[in-house]
Amino acid sequence: MDMVVCVKQIIDPVTPASLLEIDMNGKRAQPKNPKLVKLVVSDYDLNAVEAALKIRDANGGKITVISLGAKSAIEAIRECIAMGADEGFLLNDPFFDESNTYSTAYSLSKAIRKIGLFDLILCGVQEGDWDAGQVGSGIAKFLGIPCITAVGKAEVKDNKRVAIERVVGEGRESVEVPTPALLSVRSEIGAPRYPTMKKQMAAKKKEIPIWNAKDIAADETKVGDSAVRIKLMKLAIPIHEAKCEFVKGQTPEEAGSNLALRLKEAKLI
Amino acid sequence: MINNTGILVFGELSGGKLASITLELLTIGRKLGDDLKQDLNVLLIGSDSESVGQDAINYGADRVYWIEHPLLENYQTETYKEALLGLYKQIMPDIVLMGQTSIGKDLAPSLAFELDTVAVLDCIALSIDPNARRMEQIKPVYGGNAIATYVAESGRPQIATLRPKTVYPSQKDGDRKGEVIKFQIELDPSKIRVHVLGMVKDEIVGEKLEEANVIICGGRGMGSAEAFAQLNELSKILHGVVGGTRPACDAGWLPPYLQIGLTGKLVSPNIYLGVALSGSSQHQAGMAGSKNIIAINKDPEANIFNIAHYGVVGDYRKILPSFMEKCKELVSK
Repeated sequence: MDMVVCVKQIIDPVTPASLLEIDMNGKRAQPKNPKLVKLVVSDYDLNAVEAALKIRDANGGKITVISLGAKSAIEAIRECIAMGADEGFLLNDPFFDESNTYSTAYSLSKAIRKIGLFDLILCGVQEGDWDAGQVGSGIAKFLGIPCITAVGKAEVKDNKRVAIERVVGEGRESVEVPTPALLSVRSEIGAPRYPTMKKQMAAKKKEIPIWNAKDIAADETKVGDSAVRIKLMKLAIPIHEAKCEFVKGQTPEEAGSNLALRLKEAKLI
Repeated sequence: MINNTGILVFGELSGGKLASITLELLTIGRKLGDDLKQDLNVLLIGSDSESVGQDAINYGADRVYWIEHPLLENYQTETYKEALLGLYKQIMPDIVLMGQTSIGKDLAPSLAFELDTVAVLDCIALSIDPNARRMEQIKPVYGGNAIATYVAESGRPQIATLRPKTVYPSQKDGDRKGEVIKFQIELDPSKIRVHVLGMVKDEIVGEKLEEANVIICGGRGMGSAEAFAQLNELSKILHGVVGGTRPACDAGWLPPYLQIGLTGKLVSPNIYLGVALSGSSQHQAGMAGSKNIIAINKDPEANIFNIAHYGVVGDYRKILPSFMEKCKELVSK
């Protein structure tokens, strides 16, 4: 199984809003102080890496990780290699700046074409920052392969079919699809494995080639902020007017019974 | 020059009736249609029912399109996309709305890329800019830390999904008149690449989360499956139902169908008590509509306190036993 996993480096989604600001152009949120804010691999993307590793454990094969983003995203790729992926490439070029959902999906599909042979493409079901949740569908469309979303389990059969469980509103749906196909993965696939110290060291030394728009033979009218289908008109950090009434006590135990008393007073219990 | 006109809602049925998300979409679709002075169309897939069609009209639709086809019995991306495309090409709407449901979040991007555009998923508000006459699509981004407003540039149609329970359905208007049309499409079974083999429905024990009046929800900080026994005991005292955050369900402490959040159930009980959970945006998306939010968490900076009405800061292990004791005493009174 030749697999490509697409990952994205994002601002840690649990960062409190107070540490973020909107950039000058009103196009994105950025840390007020980069030292206080962590960049992480979008969490569902780590589930996608885990899905690929599980398939490789069972069937053998090769896992290539690609990411479109700033140079710092090399660290994100290295994290996936430390988990067990075989190699990685970063798409980085001023032409890719201000990429939107459409151009990101297009650029990633061109990079996958350059990698060449693939049986499966894996993505996280949605990004942790913009939550667009459609890059996978776009890549599949550009590559002309079927896209299966909300994947909670995937098993390869006879090296040419994938048996999939999709997690849907009322239960689990079983589907089967021939390869090549794109799967967008949910957290039910399993927690991402922890890298061993040895693998972490090896990943640090791993060379991550950088590809620009020319390297992937991208049509320049379809990358970066060209080909914009929808436009971000406004981005704002809302100020929460927290109105929480904190119930206290001399001890935690007292706070507990005071909470019950307060709820009774408010006629909630 | 954009020639597309009108709004098309992709309707979903539940138990043979219009699903609640469809009523919400018809409500917001009617508002957009009135602002644009354009028609509201709704697509329903299944065998046409006069009463359901009339219901859609009473909730705001001008035209109801029924598509019935043996290959559309169950949802499947490829066939549903073809059906929707068929109707799209016939009526050329300027706006296509779906719910942010299992189906909508799969179908909307797929339809959008087929039409060489992108959708805006998980919107919490949709409105019309009166000057540009285009739809403003508002959604939370950056883990709920920021709110983004999108408008269509070159992309048509404008495709959006609406987060369930963000719009309150309008009252049924029994006097509304509209048209019900059976729409024929042809589907080529040889083009289907993804085969649906079956569905295992969750066996839900007890009351459904979505219908519960009181919900006790545990998070990552609970620490173990055993710790949830305490929440179960509390739920009996308060006549509620226990749910969990995504990390709690992913850890296997609770079955997946008890997950509350963007990737789980969307709930709006009268009382929501969150224990040992931080209140990530993905969780808040599923419960922020609760009427009374109570939180117990050891971190005073936890996001849940931004939306909670009552809070206690501290270790739930120390707080919960006395809280339960007192509740037992007070509830019986």
